[in-house]
Amino acid sequence: MSAHESKYTPTNPAAKWLEDRLPIMGFAKSTLVDFPTPKNLNYWWVFGAILAFMLGEQIVTGIILAMHYTPEASLAFDSVEAIKRDVNGGRILQAVHSTGASMFFFAVYIHIFRGLYFGSYKAPREVLWILGVIIYLLMMATAFFGYVLPWGQMSFWAAAVITNIFAAIPVIGDPVLQLLRGGFSVDNPTLNRFFSLHYLLPFVIAAVVVLHIWALHVPGNNNPVGVEVKSERDTVPFHPFYTIKDLFAVIVFCIPFAWFAFFAPDIFGHADNYIQANPLVTPPHIVPEWYFLPFYAILRAIDFNFILDSKLLGVIFFGGSILILFFLPWLDTSKVKSGTFRPAFKWFYAVFVLNFLALMWYGAQEPGLQIIGPFTVADTSKLSVVYYFAYFLVILPLLSRFEKPRQLPNSISEAVLKLSKSVSGADPAMPAAH
Amino acid sequence: MIKISTIFAAALISLGLAGPVLAAEAEPITKQHWSFAGLFGTFDQMQLQRGFQVFREVCSNCHSARLLAFRNLAEEGGPKFSEGQVKELAAQYKVSDVGVEGGSRTALPSDHWPSPFATELDARAANGGALPPDMSVLAKARSIEDAFPNWVFNYFTTYAEGGPDYIHALLNGYVDPAPDGFQLPEGKYYNTVFPGHAIGMPPPLSDGQVTYTAAADGSTVPLTVDQYSKDVSAYLMWLAEPHLDVDKQAGFRVLTFLILFAVLMYLVKNRVWRHVEH
Repeated sequence: MSAHESKYTPTNPAAKWLEDRLPIMGFAKSTLVDFPTPKNLNYWWVFGAILAFMLGEQIVTGIILAMHYTPEASLAFDSVEAIKRDVNGGRILQAVHSTGASMFFFAVYIHIFRGLYFGSYKAPREVLWILGVIIYLLMMATAFFGYVLPWGQMSFWAAAVITNIFAAIPVIGDPVLQLLRGGFSVDNPTLNRFFSLHYLLPFVIAAVVVLHIWALHVPGNNNPVGVEVKSERDTVPFHPFYTIKDLFAVIVFCIPFAWFAFFAPDIFGHADNYIQANPLVTPPHIVPEWYFLPFYAILRAIDFNFILDSKLLGVIFFGGSILILFFLPWLDTSKVKSGTFRPAFKWFYAVFVLNFLALMWYGAQEPGLQIIGPFTVADTSKLSVVYYFAYFLVILPLLSRFEKPRQLPNSISEAVLKLSKSVSGADPAMPAAH
Repeated sequence: MIKISTIFAAALISLGLAGPVLAAEAEPITKQHWSFAGLFGTFDQMQLQRGFQVFREVCSNCHSARLLAFRNLAEEGGPKFSEGQVKELAAQYKVSDVGVEGGSRTALPSDHWPSPFATELDARAANGGALPPDMSVLAKARSIEDAFPNWVFNYFTTYAEGGPDYIHALLNGYVDPAPDGFQLPEGKYYNTVFPGHAIGMPPPLSDGQVTYTAAADGSTVPLTVDQYSKDVSAYLMWLAEPHLDVDKQAGFRVLTFLILFAVLMYLVKNRVWRHVEH
């Protein structure tokens, strides 16, 4: 599976017997213990482990919640309340699962933006990146299905609004819409199938995560310098160095997680979701969860007809804003991976991050809200949409022609030595790195 | 290299642009001091008992609370009436039960609070067309909008009392007569807090309306609308979040454990890495 050889030689006869038939221990040792990892990974690299932990945590809490949940339109709301009120530790379980979704997305955004800055999508890691985008898409679907299950007002109307997006697709739009809803409107069949899919998709995610890690282990990790590993001096074995560091990071990540789950379990949610779903009453502001807001803002920003109808055009931009990530490895033409060595890229990247946060904010506002002078959210958010797409379609393809990257270090070891000299004036008598 | 502080500063700047616009729009609601607010907050048992009295004597005439079981009133972290008191209380109510002769029987502590109206139609017919919402999770289904930058601080103070703050403000927000120029529909009442200002619920509380018995230590509270609305808002928060106290206690243990564990892991990590230049 990996490019490197296993050094596992069992001494125990039973272990040897098993290894001759199924070399699973050797496989585990080579991938989880011996795996050579660049020694200069910084804390932006811990989010992979954090995400693996979050996926496991969401699956475990989710399976237990499913034991107590009733996916039936007239009972779902009360069954979630019954979990909170009458199941032992149920309120904590439910709070960990619902705030867990937010923490999961928080971690995945940092993970994605780390990849964007350090060029982790570039050759030879294109497939690794594409698998990551697939995981992200599956996460969005899973989170959306899960948000519908408590069957509150926001659940119901989110289901109505989001499924309705598919109706804009020509020819197949209406049949797809009815297939998703299980009828002409959001009702009990919708809830039933969303529950089934919400239970299924996390295991699909787990399978793609295995592929994601497989694709990681072939070229090995990218690193903050973006120079590939040249010799064994550039790496340390995954265990104990990164198992310990990642575990430390997971524990630290759990501190704000516990903070929200125990002390403010509804702070990421909307009060309207404590009102049982009512098809006859539309909430005054339908807003998605915070992690969908940037894409919701893109969808809403397209409120004009241009050759195509505004609704279809909006859906194209909405879908395109994520699908464009699949092509990113070929859109960015710079050979230099790490943003640290790209003086101009840094600024465009910083603006891209700000722009993404601005889109997130726009997504939560009324389109008519005035921002500057007579210009409203509907106007200014269009600028953000333009920059979002220009970053991928114009800036990254052209930037490498004009930008003069800084001198790259010859190897990771050289970069590490230079860094520690400039920081602390390292003692030359220090023992050499592993 | 990108720093987290840079991202945060950026977020603050981009949001800051719109702050003043938001501030001008929202109706200001004064936040109250709640015993259950913040990290160290717990419910005040006496306040919950008073709030229950207001709920029972006033609110429950029109509002249902279908998720409340009588037994909840004796549970840890709530009003904590004695089991005998709850049994006695339940015995004063009838609940429908298709399994007994006549279709109804005296309530038991395991029964849920009986609703004042059998159907939504009955409820609307008795209330001028308006439907009094179920109170089980009402304190969680309402909130107040914080202008920037206050809502940022909420994540650090764990502000979760928007519901009680809103309910308290609503109960104190009646103005009679309505301001000049406001077209108040027939059978509606003017309320400064209610969205659209025309609310179907007549002012439910008046000074001296509910007679509290003095607490065991002889202390009393004023019999005012402000006091009643505080008590009933606190009670509704407990009704919506009955395990709040227990969850916070668990949260403390978990956080303490995690912080100590993180410190130890940090030391272990540094020791493992001590000979590696990275």
